[in-house]
Amino acid sequence: MAKEGSDRDDQWLLFEVFLQEKSGQPHQHAGSVRAPDAEMALLNARDVYARREHPISLWVVPATAITATTPGDAEPFFDPADDKVYRHPQFYKTPRGVRFKAGESA
Amino acid sequence: MNLDDTTRGALFQYLLRLGDDKLVLGHRLSELCAHGPILEQDIALTNIALDSIGQAQALLKLAGDVEGEGRTADDLAYHRDEYDFRNALLVEQPNGDFATTLARQFLFDVFGYHLYGELSRSTHEPLAAIVAKALKEIRYHVRHSGDWMLRLGDGTEESHRRAQDALDQMWMYTDELFESDEHVRRLAGQGIVPDPEALRPAWLETVKGLLERATLEIPEPGYMATGGRTGRHTEHLGHMLAEMQILARSIPGAEW
Repeated sequence: MAKEGSDRDDQWLLFEVFLQEKSGQPHQHAGSVRAPDAEMALLNARDVYARREHPISLWVVPATAITATTPGDAEPFFDPADDKVYRHPQFYKTPRGVRFKAGESA
Repeated sequence: MNLDDTTRGALFQYLLRLGDDKLVLGHRLSELCAHGPILEQDIALTNIALDSIGQAQALLKLAGDVEGEGRTADDLAYHRDEYDFRNALLVEQPNGDFATTLARQFLFDVFGYHLYGELSRSTHEPLAAIVAKALKEIRYHVRHSGDWMLRLGDGTEESHRRAQDALDQMWMYTDELFESDEHVRRLAGQGIVPDPEALRPAWLETVKGLLERATLEIPEPGYMATGGRTGRHTEHLGHMLAEMQILARSIPGAEW
């Protein structure tokens, strides 16, 4: 039917499915479905992922709309974080004055 | 609710019709389990089958209660023969191709949507309660089958041709859905069920509206089949029941 999202033309478009379980919580990736268009993807997602979980909201996103890192990106993208402990708040010692001010108990 | 004997008998018949419609259609859809055209639709059709069989279970249980002879939903589902089934001829038609399955489903879902909308105001409370729950499921079913008619009708040349053929083939079974008899008139007179003829304009409007968008033609008026409500079925029901009932009849009372 459509060629996007697949190298064979007998496959429907691939959509990624995101579920929101409770109000205020983020939509989380649940899996993927194939469908000829977005409305049908929503119905398919409901049938495949939402019949038992009972979410309150569903998103479907064409997989082609997602730009992802490749395994080759991993080193330059993520490794530098390893040796920069000062990027974590726990790296810093809190001065006594500041520490006790919050509790007012010293 | 205290019912006189005649009304009780009429309600039993009516509940068999409602329950058998759902049981037979649910079983037909379940035949597609693992044979759907694509994984997602295999699951969708199986979900709808389960919804329908669940509704049938509630309706046939109520039928047994109303009859008052101790028959359970299983007794009614598995231990009646073809001529005791009261489903409409439409729902027993074989699945055919995907367009046939969806045309049958669409025509019936729209009917169910309007019928159950009215039945949710029934003066018979146990029936109104079952219907209120079923209506949520039916609203999804009609969206599913309606969306598919739209895509098949307004899709490729082949899907359009198959959808039109399927509609033409199923149309002759739609008139029966709006039939009345003395049972229905009696129940309608007491506000237990709606007058079926009064549902027809709303049904036709919904069907026409969608088929127009789907670039499909409403079939020409022609011969209309009937008989399901009095047990005169097409040749397809017996074969279906044989498969559906064989286990329960071979090993009565089996549990697993």
